[in-house]
Amino acid sequence: MIETDEIEVLLEEAAARHGYDFTGYARASIRRRIETFYIKGRFRSFDEMKQRLMSEPGYFFHFVEEITVNVTEMFRDTSFYKCLRQDIVPVLATYPFIRIWHAGCSTGEEVYSMAILLKEANLLHKSILYATDINQSVLEKAKTGIFPVSTMRLNSENYIKSGGQFDFSTYYHANYNNAKFDHSLSERMIFANHNLTSDSSFNEFQLILCRNVMIYFNKELQAKVTVLFDKSLESLGFLALGNKETLRFSPINNFYKQVDSKEKIWRKTR
Amino acid sequence: MEKDQVAITGGLIVIGGSSGSLDALLLMLPLLKKDFHTPVILVMHRNTTTGTALTELIASRTHLEVKEADEKDKLMPGWIYIAPPDYHLLVEEDGTLSLDISEKVNYCRPSIDVNFASAAVAFKEKLTAVLLSGANADGVEGMMRVKKYGGKNIVQDPQEAIVPFMPEQAVLSCEVDMITGAAGIAAILNEL
Repeated sequence: MIETDEIEVLLEEAAARHGYDFTGYARASIRRRIETFYIKGRFRSFDEMKQRLMSEPGYFFHFVEEITVNVTEMFRDTSFYKCLRQDIVPVLATYPFIRIWHAGCSTGEEVYSMAILLKEANLLHKSILYATDINQSVLEKAKTGIFPVSTMRLNSENYIKSGGQFDFSTYYHANYNNAKFDHSLSERMIFANHNLTSDSSFNEFQLILCRNVMIYFNKELQAKVTVLFDKSLESLGFLALGNKETLRFSPINNFYKQVDSKEKIWRKTR
Repeated sequence: MEKDQVAITGGLIVIGGSSGSLDALLLMLPLLKKDFHTPVILVMHRNTTTGTALTELIASRTHLEVKEADEKDKLMPGWIYIAPPDYHLLVEEDGTLSLDISEKVNYCRPSIDVNFASAAVAFKEKLTAVLLSGANADGVEGMMRVKKYGGKNIVQDPQEAIVPFMPEQAVLSCEVDMITGAAGIAAILNEL
């Protein structure tokens, strides 16, 4: 049994020592992941684990990879993607050049979904998709464009439900257990390490997607990150959040209007 | 502010169930007394596409307030919170709720184990966990955690449960305070 205080001390020391600040994370979920890491590591005591994390940067990076959540799928929440396809992409089409940011992209499934939407609207050639995450190993994975072939059935079903008209399998080549997505999709993507808790704005976008990332943050950190998004959005740009997320409690709420009564997409009004 | 404090210093009831548990719930919920004040969290295994149907069904059978849980919701007396489809629902030590889309646990999201374990840490001896009918053992480990932190475990009588596996596993593997039917569970909760 890990004491609440032990978690607090660990998070504070990790921020001071390694610059990864998890102190703004909601505790129940990160506690569960730290506990799992602790049990898997077969440590004799919490202190033993903490000492290793503090003294070995490589081991700490491994810890970061393990405690961050990286569960995603293509076209997850099909009605959301339908809305993107029908209502948002046509607006993006009016820009000479389209810049999109996937903040907390994990293994890249949503970026590839977006690239497919843009390609089908004949916009991909004039788009650039920035995909960032705090976790370097998921970024490396995302860059390869290789996904388990076992997930393709779900991805394909999602694609069709979200309004896809083509044969989804034309977007990848299956080889044993892997499905490698077409290079034409990834050549407009830029993958970079970015920490939402500490890094600043790096460009201006017409669309920012950050879905099911801020659910792990406390209210203060959520407010801070939405301000970062506001700084990174052009006037009349769009911000897309996860199904159970809202801007309602954010300081930027007054300058945003939800574009659809159901889907979690807001438009900047200033 | 004072109202919030009531929820935190009061207690919490977490109820988990899988196949066959809806029947038990629909029998139980109308029996809860009018001034029932302890917040209740429901974690039901369900098809991810059912949307708000479960919330509406539950709301039609109780005079308590019912909502699908949102992240940062503060637990309030007299409310029932339903875990949304495809998210784990966790309880924070400040009496608020968190959502999590991490890996399925026991093939389930929401997982009863995840909910019970976090609620145990947050509410300790003020937690009452209830496990109903179901075909897998999700919730059993959570109940072990509930006991570790001094909470109470109530299990639906496997003889009454439509699918007895889940309550049976709880009875076999963890310390259970009470084994009774759905009506009996309601009576116990009314006395808390």
